[in-house]
Amino acid sequence: MSQVRLLVGTRKGAFILTSDGTRKQWSVSGPHFAGWEIYHLKGSPADPNRIYASQSSGWFGQVMQRSDDGGQTWNPVGNQFAYDGVPGTHQWYDGTPHPWEFKRVWHLEPSLTCSDTVYAGAEDAALFRSTDGGANWQELSGLRQHGTGPAWQPGAGGMCLHSILIDPQNPERIFIAISAAGAFRTDDGGKSWKPINRGLHSKYIPDPTAEVGHCVHHIAMHPARPGTLFMQKHWDVMRSDDAGDSWSRISSNLPTDFGFAIDVHAHEPETVYVVPIKSDSEHFPIDGQLKVYRSRSGGHEWEPLTRGLPQSNCYVNVLRDAMAVDTLESCGVYFGTTGGQVYASPDAGETWQAVVHDLPAVLSVEVQTLP
Amino acid sequence: MSSTVLVELPANLYRLAASPAVVQVTVEGAVTQRTILDALERRYPMLRGTMRDHATGQRRAFIRFFACEQDLSHLAPDDPLPEAVARGTEPFLVIGAIAGG
Repeated sequence: MSQVRLLVGTRKGAFILTSDGTRKQWSVSGPHFAGWEIYHLKGSPADPNRIYASQSSGWFGQVMQRSDDGGQTWNPVGNQFAYDGVPGTHQWYDGTPHPWEFKRVWHLEPSLTCSDTVYAGAEDAALFRSTDGGANWQELSGLRQHGTGPAWQPGAGGMCLHSILIDPQNPERIFIAISAAGAFRTDDGGKSWKPINRGLHSKYIPDPTAEVGHCVHHIAMHPARPGTLFMQKHWDVMRSDDAGDSWSRISSNLPTDFGFAIDVHAHEPETVYVVPIKSDSEHFPIDGQLKVYRSRSGGHEWEPLTRGLPQSNCYVNVLRDAMAVDTLESCGVYFGTTGGQVYASPDAGETWQAVVHDLPAVLSVEVQTLP
Repeated sequence: MSSTVLVELPANLYRLAASPAVVQVTVEGAVTQRTILDALERRYPMLRGTMRDHATGQRRAFIRFFACEQDLSHLAPDDPLPEAVARGTEPFLVIGAIAGG
């Protein structure tokens, strides 16, 4: 019978939650790397036993970890992230130039075909790649140096590269997103990049339709349809059907279109999930009712999913990397909260169960569907 | 001339290094912050970047170095450390500063 393994990154360590295909009973292992912030951990599609983890701390900086046995044991790998050439400056919060400084890795994206190759999205925003299992990291500096880099500015959470999507039909094509610069695409394996933000409208920047400066919170893709992208922006839920060349707003009947997480059903490319958050200053659900919204029409219409989710006094947030879907026949949907809950739905969102209640604040959730 | 120096690590670092909380390192030449940390990182390579920034080589902002009831954090990296540290009778303490949860 199939197994599901959830990889949960939190403010104070990583947890690994496993279940069989029924997804009713869960066992919990952890905390791994207790006391450290685990922004993200993700398994290799080419070898599910190979898992990479980003371990960081305001005191001790960045450490990278790798497991080759499905998360049972871990070994530190390379943690040197050097910007290519003269790093230059980006804009600081007050608009003044600020030198590029490495702070942490927000997101890890293993190659779809090679378990030794993995991409890392960093703060201050840059994309790094390792081709030796994480021992050494090289910056793909064409992104930062393509021209608009000096105009990039951090969002409240820092100037982070938080989303990396590899086109399964064309591994030379990679999409990334940065807060608060926007989305970018390469078609040549990372050598050259272009902003893909046409159609975004952000009233918090001087030119609301500028080429860069948009606070993209997350982007998602269905692997069978890599030209279609879904985006949760600071405000607005968006979609693109031309690989990011243009975007249109699909917030339609959402009660609020602020939020962080967005994901796509494993088998239905037009079924999309978001967790609406009240506003940019009130990072919690409206009226204390935690609701996932699902659109089965690619964003034309949204329905609330609430069965099993708290419908009173719930004031948690769901962060950008804290939602994932499995690939079992009945698609499982998972998300974690800043209150330390991880919710699982084995039926595409119809019903939910809290797998754990009291973890540290959840930063990321990934899922591996195992044979 | 070599010295055997005791270094006491905070929990996060000795767990990362899979080492005891207090480790012995052998320092060649003058005993300074730089020579102690170089020796420590040679023995435990996974600690590279956790006490000194990779890019600048500077002490990380929330790391402190204490010994003999003194805060030595602001000494220059090549300044000599107290004789008791060099003799191995007092440990060189690596401290994670009190800076929140």
